[in-house]
Amino acid sequence: MLDLLQRLLGKEAGNSKNVATERLRLVLMHDRMDLTPQMMDSLRRDILKVITDYLEIDETSMEIALHREKGSIALVASIPVVRMKRLPTCV
Amino acid sequence: MGEVLVVTSGKGGVGKTTTTANLGTALAMMGFRVILLDTDIGLRNLDVVMGLENRIVYDLVDVTSGRCRLKQALIRDRRFECLSLLPAAQTKDKTAVNPEQMKVLCEELKQDADYVLEDCPAGIEQGFKNATAGASQALVVTTPEVAAVRDADRIIGLLQADTEMRHPKLILNRYRPQMVKRGDMLDVEDVKEHLAIELLGIVPEDESIIVSTNKGEPAVLNVNSRAGEAYRNIARRIMGEDVPLMDIEENGAFMNRIRRLLGLRTG
Repeated sequence: MLDLLQRLLGKEAGNSKNVATERLRLVLMHDRMDLTPQMMDSLRRDILKVITDYLEIDETSMEIALHREKGSIALVASIPVVRMKRLPTCV
Repeated sequence: MGEVLVVTSGKGGVGKTTTTANLGTALAMMGFRVILLDTDIGLRNLDVVMGLENRIVYDLVDVTSGRCRLKQALIRDRRFECLSLLPAAQTKDKTAVNPEQMKVLCEELKQDADYVLEDCPAGIEQGFKNATAGASQALVVTTPEVAAVRDADRIIGLLQADTEMRHPKLILNRYRPQMVKRGDMLDVEDVKEHLAIELLGIVPEDESIIVSTNKGEPAVLNVNSRAGEAYRNIARRIMGEDVPLMDIEENGAFMNRIRRLLGLRTG
């Protein structure tokens, strides 16, 4: 009832905590990882270097970030592939 | 021989000075010999919160540089025989003292006190290093906000990496149960889970803190102050008593006032 009243009065209520928790989680993870933006950048460049030998990718929409899942940290990369490169066949 | 506790937080404005003043006063109320030590050189405030600002003659830097004896610089609180304050210098900066001098000073203070409570400056530089040099236990103050918890995490990391204080304890300050209830504030469990250190106590947001600071009388002296009550409980935990966390999830200020009128105080 109070919530409804507050909503009618245009007051925001009841969800900013979840936003805060999520932001805190991410910011702490980054802080604790001790990965500087420079290191993240150079990681991104190196990954790019390897991948572009095999695939043509869309660099502008490439996303690389650290995610924590059930207490473990994962490096998640989303790299849109434009087309496969024709590789010289071995043998 | 007493113990030296440093009250620290990383972030400014979360209540380090208020916490130091209240815990020190609460411990003195229980009869312990307490020395409050303001290490925030250049931005001293503990004297004002304690209401002792007009009695300062010498300060911390005067002591460490040998301009006066320790006994001359200590200000005895008139409310409690066993409570005194060593104020910080206001006209110097943090480089006026070094960690070695602080260690020596803390050793000396410990001789005449059961508890030495240090009010640490915000930040992680020289002032923080000075304040932690002579301490054997750290109390980390934070509020339920992303920025404050983040800085507390950083401080905990530094304490564990660079000092002997492997098990700092947490004080969650300015907690607002009503906001938590409606989902607009980080709750105790969130903060505990992220920082992963022992929770020493929760202090509710309370207007009586502002009133007490206005007057220079720590809130623990006011029996009706919720925050004061929380600080008294924390003081008892510091001296090793097993005090349950006070019922912070109250039914609003109104019900509480009624309970208080009826003499059924919570917590």
